[in-house]
Amino acid sequence: MAALDAIRATFFEECEDLIEALNEGLGEMAGGDHGGETVNAVFRAVHSIKGGAGSFGLNDLVGFAHTFETVLDRIRSGDLEPADELIALLQRAGDVLADLVETARDESPFDAAAVSTTSDALEAVLGEEGAVEEEFVFDAVGADFDFALPDLDDDEPGSTTYTIAFAPRRDLYATGHEPLVLIEALADLGEIAVAVDLSGLPGIDAFDWEGSYLAWEITLVSSEPEGAVREVFEFVDGLCDLEITVVRSGGSGDATGLPELPDLDDFAPDDAADLPDLSVEPSPAASAETPARENAEPAPARKDARATLRVDVDRIDRLINTVGELIINQAMITQRVREIGVPLTPEIATDLDDYKQLAREVQEGVMGLRTQPVKQLFQRMTRIARETADVAGKSAQLVIEGEETEVDKKVIEKLADPLTHMIRNSIDHGLEVPEKRREAGKPERGTVKLTACYKSGDVLIRIADDGAGLNRPRIRQIAIEKGLIPADVDLSDAEIDQLLFRPGFSTAASVTSLSGRGVGMDVVRTSIAALGGRISIASTPGEGSVFSILLPLTLAVLDGMVVRLGEETMVVPIACIEEAIRPRKDDLSRLGTGRTLFFNRGDYLPVIDLAERLGHPTRAKKLTKKTLLIIQSNGSRVALAVDGVVDKRQVVIKSLAKNYRHIAGISAATILGDGKVALIVDPDGIAEDPPSAGSMRSRTEDETRREEKKDAA
Amino acid sequence: MKAQVLAIDDSRTIRSLLAATLEEYDFEVTTAVDGVDGLEKFAETSPRVVITDINMPNLDGFGVIEGIRGGSVNKTVPIIVLSTESGADLKDRARRAGATGWIVKPFDETSLVSVLKRITGI
Repeated sequence: MAALDAIRATFFEECEDLIEALNEGLGEMAGGDHGGETVNAVFRAVHSIKGGAGSFGLNDLVGFAHTFETVLDRIRSGDLEPADELIALLQRAGDVLADLVETARDESPFDAAAVSTTSDALEAVLGEEGAVEEEFVFDAVGADFDFALPDLDDDEPGSTTYTIAFAPRRDLYATGHEPLVLIEALADLGEIAVAVDLSGLPGIDAFDWEGSYLAWEITLVSSEPEGAVREVFEFVDGLCDLEITVVRSGGSGDATGLPELPDLDDFAPDDAADLPDLSVEPSPAASAETPARENAEPAPARKDARATLRVDVDRIDRLINTVGELIINQAMITQRVREIGVPLTPEIATDLDDYKQLAREVQEGVMGLRTQPVKQLFQRMTRIARETADVAGKSAQLVIEGEETEVDKKVIEKLADPLTHMIRNSIDHGLEVPEKRREAGKPERGTVKLTACYKSGDVLIRIADDGAGLNRPRIRQIAIEKGLIPADVDLSDAEIDQLLFRPGFSTAASVTSLSGRGVGMDVVRTSIAALGGRISIASTPGEGSVFSILLPLTLAVLDGMVVRLGEETMVVPIACIEEAIRPRKDDLSRLGTGRTLFFNRGDYLPVIDLAERLGHPTRAKKLTKKTLLIIQSNGSRVALAVDGVVDKRQVVIKSLAKNYRHIAGISAATILGDGKVALIVDPDGIAEDPPSAGSMRSRTEDETRREEKKDAA
Repeated sequence: MKAQVLAIDDSRTIRSLLAATLEEYDFEVTTAVDGVDGLEKFAETSPRVVITDINMPNLDGFGVIEGIRGGSVNKTVPIIVLSTESGADLKDRARRAGATGWIVKPFDETSLVSVLKRITGI
């Protein structure tokens, strides 16, 4: 079938949804909801995966899903009590199932050990009975699209002659059966001779159109066992008078080889016995008396009830890109018209406004196409949390809130790694071991709360644990040992917390095999910054820590402050700007080192001259003639000096790294209304270290290393 | 006129497979995502044959069979159960509800089509 590949893709897409539903249901079960519909939904998810997988000959997946499903069925029927350990096992099984789906999709090898361990554990729950049934299913699905027609059944030498007396009752016709179809199914089994008995026909005046008056006498010569013959009539059992007699058995006892009852055939372990089951037994047809045949009008075209459309992300990205160009084009036209200096007629002014409005609406609409709820991402974290807790010997639960919050799909994808790392950290480092928690008067089971919400045009993701809080003396000590800070430096709590994000802080000695994995919080921060977001920590000793990630809703546009630097125009992200101030002379104090501090709201903030930092030729201009942008960067505030503020506007982000190369202190570029390229300032990068030289830095070693790590992450 | 088949299954994959297979053999296929949707589509399309899954949300396959047999229009339509299950008790329940036949998933294209052709007389 030509469409098979496409349907295969559909299957894996569906599996994603099913696994999501599965995890959701298991989560509800873990939360104590053992209600029929919850268990049923979980069962159905596994069942549907099994059904689809069978169609593609994915036998490992089918086998595992079957065992899994059998356990769920027992819970559903009340045979098994869903105790905590069993639910934990089901959750592991859900993870294994997700892995099997993924490896089947990628056609890569799966972790056979994990599968068999979990499968064994499930079977142990079932006892012997379940194990037997599982073998059957493996066999049954071994047959896929290529399997043979019933004629290819093992041919015993010789054949058997049967006589079949078949007299339908009126109910037979009422359930869609048709004697002709049954007789044709018999003809598949061998040579037949059919005689119809018309003696029951009444006169025309006594004729009941729903009645049954005919009977048949059939002689069949077949090499098939009697079971196969009976199977033809399986679904008319009780709807007809049926008598099957073996007249002459020419074969070597084949008629005795299989049990008589057709249902038992299904448990026969070989494919051969299953074949006729598929082809022969579902017989019948609408009988001639079907009353409403004329009602069969041409039906509307086939359509699925779910009105969703799956679109390739690349196509949306191209569209977003084009819309970005459209916005730039709109800004340019508006500016050009203004520059020409011709007086605008009200019509043209209105049209230009409309153009702007429409372009924005198109942009918003297109952006919306790419947003997704964080649900799936968050649900993956439950698994991470579970695995981490298992290995670290912690008792932990992950509580998820705000999973319907929508974020750009790209942000979600890139968030997976940092989030995984942070969840691991929270459980591995944040939560105490159960004994310690008990001593501290806390519940033994620690809670990590993963929440998402909208916050003034951004998305706020928080990871909060109820553990011991950051061990600041220890962090300080490590930083001193690593040479990150001088031994005698006096640091505030917030400054100590920031040390976690310093490159080189996280090392093998300070992390376990779990949260380690070669990356530290500096990589997390870099990944978040690459998404245009920021991360911060708040921690209270004994009560826990909260990591907050503030992310833009989309990666494609940014609210920016357009600023002037000599001849250049640059853009500073508005999200990080607290205020813009023209400084008074009294508030500026020069230090001996050539650095300047700005006194603002009770704090002395270091002043960074943006032009100087980026190596622009500057005419020495007095700071009092400049504008200071107070920005939040890495948890502290700095004053960024620029020549002036031009405008506040939304700009379309063009990646520099993709089109040129990465430049420290610059996150991206954009095209302004006048067609000029403007660079977008990366506040964290700018505020990070004092410049190594007066000119624009090329990539330092440190920068290069971080880039590499980021790529690897 | 093409023979109208109603395929009821909560699995998108199975629906796609059935539709692709049957349309290739010139059946006209309507799909429904669960039992409730199935009964609605049944009333709308009055199909020649119904293929239904058993285990579905909202209304299961037994409910579909009972709904059709207990209805007033086209109630003698052949109903074929398509299920990964093949337990005797389930088959028995389906038969008592009024099912016409049972095909085990994964289904074999050739036999499914031959069964449908016989039933619809094509």
